[in-house]
Amino acid sequence: MASRHQLGEPVVVVAGVEKAFGALRVLKDVALTVRRGETVCIIGPSGSGKSTLLRCINALVPISRGSITVAGREVNDPALDKLALRRDVGIVFQQYNLFPHKNALQNVMMAPLHVLKQDKAEVEARARMLLAKVGLSDKLATYPGELSGGQQQRVAIARSLAMNPKVMLFDEVTAALDPETKKEVLVTIQDLAAEGMTCILVTHEMGFAREVADHVYFTDGGVIVEHGPPGDLFGAAREERTRAFLDKVL
Amino acid sequence: MIAAYFERLNETQGLNFSVFYDAFDQGRFLTGLWTTSYICVVAIIASLALGLLGVWLAGSNSRLARILVRGYVQFFRNTPPLVQLSFFYFAVATLLPTVSDGFGGRSPLVSGTGWAIIAFSLFAGAFNVEIFRAGIEAVPSTTVEAGESLGYTRLQLYIHVVLPLAFRICLPALNNNLINLVKTTTLAYAIGVPELLYAASQIWSESFNVREMMNVLLVTYVLLVAVLVFVMGRWEKTMRIPGYST
Repeated sequence: MASRHQLGEPVVVVAGVEKAFGALRVLKDVALTVRRGETVCIIGPSGSGKSTLLRCINALVPISRGSITVAGREVNDPALDKLALRRDVGIVFQQYNLFPHKNALQNVMMAPLHVLKQDKAEVEARARMLLAKVGLSDKLATYPGELSGGQQQRVAIARSLAMNPKVMLFDEVTAALDPETKKEVLVTIQDLAAEGMTCILVTHEMGFAREVADHVYFTDGGVIVEHGPPGDLFGAAREERTRAFLDKVL
Repeated sequence: MIAAYFERLNETQGLNFSVFYDAFDQGRFLTGLWTTSYICVVAIIASLALGLLGVWLAGSNSRLARILVRGYVQFFRNTPPLVQLSFFYFAVATLLPTVSDGFGGRSPLVSGTGWAIIAFSLFAGAFNVEIFRAGIEAVPSTTVEAGESLGYTRLQLYIHVVLPLAFRICLPALNNNLINLVKTTTLAYAIGVPELLYAASQIWSESFNVREMMNVLLVTYVLLVAVLVFVMGRWEKTMRIPGYST
């Protein structure tokens, strides 16, 4: 499927990235480029290094070799300002990881208030707007423990968006959800992508990847086996390994 | 009314609760109660601050800071509080200069009450470091990661996310330690601080009412601890998070 919107300059450039946990090499010479406004899906079997790659992009996990730049900032630089990098990169996790002692509105407001030191009234107005956008206007004062998984995940998305990130990372965000709540979350992400947010998703939702992604990467054993527009990859994968995987999951 | 009742009780039954009718004994006892309460409140606050500072340094990047905290915790956790108190009062105090008392004499820089507060704060603080550490370690690393991903610094993360959650997790253990601290303050008797036990012993050695004063003393401590438990209980209640169980 062709790109539905104009793609801008590269926002995330990953080149020659290696990552090893001891003797275990989880990323081997990985390279990918994500342009502004692009939606990229990374698919592949469990343990293929997909999540690690995402966590390398916002410096939660240091890389062993290679280069990752986010909005021109080199992540593999010992002098990296991690906090500045993370303000540019939003990440949403499989287990939501909301702050359990704060209600939905406070969860969204916290980082802009504490990290960006923005004006409280503006932050609140924006947080209300973001929660409305993810369809949770009626849950502002509700605590994470009282929300369903899908609702928590949508709060988590709003929380990341509140920081006005240049790129959003989604780490198997629907893996812990039932099919119905999964849909709510996927629609939210789809809306974001349609608005031009740069998104990188690690996902097992092949239907979503095929429909929403501009570009799909298939990883296995720490290497990118093959990548291309979803039409090509899902329709006519060149590599035997990709076809074998897709045969099993589709 | 009350004074008259206890006075009659003494005359008819020989049960001498002098603190309830004798103004002098009552004054001494109330001074003791005030001193004990004062030591408790200051030591509780100081031990909490020490615990927080200790746990912050224990998790810092500085090896020296970590070693210092370990040493502090080991020392004050593994030695008897009475020995610590004696060490401060009889060994450390003599190394400090004295100050003019304003009447031409010299008095020690730190009073007995001051040393009691210092010793008990350090003693309870050592346990608080370990209690807070347990609480902090129980905060899911994924929650911390979410905060880091939002650009929080370590200090911001502690203040806004880690400590509020860790506090809730470690409140029962913290309760125990603070109750222990209240009871440990009786050790100040050994260095002549006019706290409750000291006041009681002065009263019973003059009024010959050991049994009565022992009962008064026990009931007073039950009430003191009850106040602490009530306050901590209220605190725990206000910090309860809907839908969240620790």
